[in-house]
Amino acid sequence: MDLELMISSLPKLLNAAVITLKLLSVSLMIGLFIGLFFAILRLNKNIFINRFAYGYSYIFRGTPLLVQIFIIYFGLGQIEYLRSTVLWVILKEPYWCAIIAFALNTGAYTSEILRSAFQTIKPGIIEAGKSLGISNKVIFYKIQIPIAIRQSLPAYGNEIILMMKGTSLASTVTIMDLTGVAKYIISTTFKPIEVFIVAGGIYLFMTFIIHNVIKFLEKKYSFN
Amino acid sequence: MELLAFGDTGWGDELFYATLMTIAVSITAMFIGFLFALIFTPLKLSKNKFLNFIANSYTTIIRGVPELLVIYLFFFGGTGAVMYVASIFGYNEYIEINAFVTGASAIGIISGAYSTEVFRGAIQSIDKGQFEAANVLGLNKFGKFFKIILPQTLRLAIPNLSNVWQITLKDTSLISVTGLVEIMRQSYIAAGSTRDPLFFYSFAAVLYLLLTFVSMKLINRLEVKYSRGY
Repeated sequence: MDLELMISSLPKLLNAAVITLKLLSVSLMIGLFIGLFFAILRLNKNIFINRFAYGYSYIFRGTPLLVQIFIIYFGLGQIEYLRSTVLWVILKEPYWCAIIAFALNTGAYTSEILRSAFQTIKPGIIEAGKSLGISNKVIFYKIQIPIAIRQSLPAYGNEIILMMKGTSLASTVTIMDLTGVAKYIISTTFKPIEVFIVAGGIYLFMTFIIHNVIKFLEKKYSFN
Repeated sequence: MELLAFGDTGWGDELFYATLMTIAVSITAMFIGFLFALIFTPLKLSKNKFLNFIANSYTTIIRGVPELLVIYLFFFGGTGAVMYVASIFGYNEYIEINAFVTGASAIGIISGAYSTEVFRGAIQSIDKGQFEAANVLGLNKFGKFFKIILPQTLRLAIPNLSNVWQITLKDTSLISVTGLVEIMRQSYIAAGSTRDPLFFYSFAAVLYLLLTFVSMKLINRLEVKYSRGY
């Protein structure tokens, strides 16, 4: 055990953890909107819209996140047309490519979580809204969405933790996040166990915090 | 399409063998995972606080730390650990561990943590009466476990194990960082030498989709088989 290395690498790893958290929070925010959008499409009765939303979530849940990042980062740069558009400003940055991939990936999982939450809402609640003379739109935004969000909190908490672990793949496209820095320190010092303990400890700490925040929210928004 | 031709001109045969490699690694990892689950599930269900603690640390750490970090630990630390053990037995030559063993054991340990949780949940949801009935029938410990508990555990566990299988299958893509030539690594090589990453990575995505699709179909059949009588 090389305690000195563990202590000296801690500040570097903590700095890198900030990047991990940034990647996580930005992609979760975008992913939540994508997920909500596709969950609503899934509830649509039009079979084409429905199938399209299902296909999106099937493809992104059925392929590894690494493939998705590589397609966006290495693959899209190959299209000549894209290089001449404004989009290229975003797509040439590995940081944004990673965020796009993470957001699309978590969006697919989120859409499934929200869809099943929408489907478990008791029809009686919606009928009660209707009999009070509330319009369909207001029922959807003021009744269905809040209930669905509450229902999906536990599953969404798992998704946040999975996504946090997913952000480690950003290191494969040259981003120096927590895993990227950990790998760099390991490959220069050849002390894998020490670095793993520190970096893994930071990840576990973040998991612990997220887990407890979700638990707190579940309690706060519980029906009883 | 000529990019995918078999033989010297295309990448078809290379990608085919890479797909077989992905399947081989996934199955090996899943199997290693089952071995870990076999050890840690009883520890989780045990009444001993210390054994509980060991099993809980295993599942918590593995499920809370990114897969890539675990793979780096094995990739950079595996050789050192094996050489250290060998040096205790008086063997001091350099030992090279093959990428397949490193990758499959790293993914296996990860998949084992998920399998442990699945088996724990399945055993806990078996009705208490089943255990009592087995006792009343005078079955011995082995008969009780293999004839009564295990078949019911499998029925309850298969849907969740199919999720674990999907996770394991997708996690194998991460082993490409250690240089094992599976789908992802082969696509990387092909993309580099043809300068056509979009095509090859998309094709890799199709291969993974195919693998998940086919394996889901097979698992569904298994599910039907084990739910006979329900």
